[in-house]
Amino acid sequence: MALARFLIRRVLTGIVVLWLIATGAFLLFFARPVQDVARQLAGRNATPAVINQAIHDLGLDQPIATQYWHFLDHLLHGDLGYSYFTQESVNTMVKQDLPPTASVVVGGVILWLVVGLAVGIISATRARSLFDRFSTVAVLVGLSMPTFVVGEFLLLIVFVPLNQHGFHWIQDQYVGPSQGLGVWSGHMILPWITLAAVQAAVYTRLMRGQLLSTLGEDYIRTARAKGLSERRVIFRHGVRSALTPVVSQLGIDIGQLLGGVLVVEVVFGLGGLGQVAVEAINTDNLPVIIGFTLVASAFVVVANIVVDLLYAVLDPRVRIS
Amino acid sequence: MSITELQFQAAAVQEAPAQAVEGRSQWQLTWRRLRSDKVAIAAVIVIVIMLALAIAAPAIASLVHHPANTAYPIAGQDAAGNPVGPHTNGFWLGTDDVGRDLLVRILYGARISLFVGILTTLIATVAGVTVGLMAGYFGGVIDSVLGRLTDAVLAFPYVLLALALAIVIGPSLTVIIGVIAFFSWAGIARIVRGQTLSLKEKEYIEAARSIGAGPFRIMFIDILPNLLAPVLVLATLYIPNAVVFEATLSFLGLGIQPPTASWGNILSSAQPFYQVAWWYVVFPALALLVTTLAFNLLGDGIRDAMDPTTERLLAGQKRNRRRSRRPRGVAIAGPSEEFPDPARQPPPAVI
Repeated sequence: MALARFLIRRVLTGIVVLWLIATGAFLLFFARPVQDVARQLAGRNATPAVINQAIHDLGLDQPIATQYWHFLDHLLHGDLGYSYFTQESVNTMVKQDLPPTASVVVGGVILWLVVGLAVGIISATRARSLFDRFSTVAVLVGLSMPTFVVGEFLLLIVFVPLNQHGFHWIQDQYVGPSQGLGVWSGHMILPWITLAAVQAAVYTRLMRGQLLSTLGEDYIRTARAKGLSERRVIFRHGVRSALTPVVSQLGIDIGQLLGGVLVVEVVFGLGGLGQVAVEAINTDNLPVIIGFTLVASAFVVVANIVVDLLYAVLDPRVRIS
Repeated sequence: MSITELQFQAAAVQEAPAQAVEGRSQWQLTWRRLRSDKVAIAAVIVIVIMLALAIAAPAIASLVHHPANTAYPIAGQDAAGNPVGPHTNGFWLGTDDVGRDLLVRILYGARISLFVGILTTLIATVAGVTVGLMAGYFGGVIDSVLGRLTDAVLAFPYVLLALALAIVIGPSLTVIIGVIAFFSWAGIARIVRGQTLSLKEKEYIEAARSIGAGPFRIMFIDILPNLLAPVLVLATLYIPNAVVFEATLSFLGLGIQPPTASWGNILSSAQPFYQVAWWYVVFPALALLVTTLAFNLLGDGIRDAMDPTTERLLAGQKRNRRRSRRPRGVAIAGPSEEFPDPARQPPPAVI
């Protein structure tokens, strides 16, 4: 019951946040002079009459309140507007470009969490072992590398040599899972590793530190003293409690993940939402940018609700406050 | 990294015993410890070399007779129009896609990267310390308002704002510095606020107030010097983040615009050539990696030097042998409130 109330409260705040972001995006839209927008649409050599027609067609000559109302009305009906240049519906573009992005995010996040948490746990339980030292160095290198450098290095030292030697499983570009899961994973493996590399380093460090400090607590000694197996002590008593700060950190990092996805898509030429958004930025295609920003924000908001829920399950104190 | 974690580590640095018995100041002790830390000293040397190379970029460019932004379509490109490799036609590190000297490009890129990294960290530190001191010292409404502001900045997906600003204002050096500084001050403010909250209750602050010191004198003359240790550690760890942030923005075309060289935009233009010109990718990437790694190692080193209760894993081999005789898994292996884990978090990894 407490959990249900918690969930409802979080969903409501999520909606408010989305509304704020939508309004922010709308205002951004109007930070640019109407003439600029219309001129882009109508072409460089358009006559003033054509430009005025374009402004009228877009509804940009109406009062700002009316336009805001139309904008929200369209949004509530799930309509994200149309690209300035191709007149393509942004909804269709999102649908088309979602599969590569979703593939990168799902695989990358799984790899990131599994590797980060596993290495962190092993490092903490075997503090100062050879494995721990090695992982500490790897973590520092990982933290110092921007995502795109990891991606370019992988292309250079994995993709190129393998393909030169007739091993063609690993590829760049995007191929859908409909072509066969083997082919799909071959295309996705380098993007996954790239996305996971930097974040896994952060989580290894966090998990190791948290678990080490948890394992130093008195109740762990008590658990050992009453004769629980080491595995049970570490996983049921240690990891569960050490996970809470890690999960709360996850909520913050979901937003950062988007930046990583953007970079990974550009490096590997996957052509997902991020790459299309970057192109839209370079061509000032505002409806596309705003549409994609809203989709990205919705993703962050939903992911944060999931994280909070997970947090509430892990730590009962959260549900009450 | 969680904020609590950072506060925790900053608090740990703060609580380092002063060991006044030997008559040395905290800073002298820190310096002594840092000097004996080989990794940190190596990091300092690397950073100094990088700075020197960046400053000397025009001199080196004239030394190799390849001025900045000058393309050599004949000497710098092969028959197919591709870049030439290292040690060819007087290009030490090869050329880029339009036949410019890659070494000169990387050195000029270092100027931008280090300038942005250090300047944004300075701005963020000054802003963060000011906000944190005010929030912590005044409390009440000021604290709530500044606190909400800090939370909002920390939770904001900064990529979106960077994109938005790049669209509205257009990418430029000023925008980049603004964006990076804007997203860096909040973490520092949080920690400074926490420290100020506990410091302002100390007797010496009461003493200062009793002799008529004003709030700003107390904040900046009495409290601030006691916060310098954690702030210094944080600032050192924010520099590599800012460097990576700038490189990523430039890589996406939202940062430094060509022909001005930046490690990010060199790597961006190298992207289509990784199959034919490995040097074009490897050298700028290595420059970036070496620089950020050096700052991260130095930050870790300063933190360890300021807090003698922690030990760095890599450097702690002698102590480990002594400890390894203790039963495994007993509390001594784990950090506690007083002995926090050495491998704590640097500022959030950027992208």
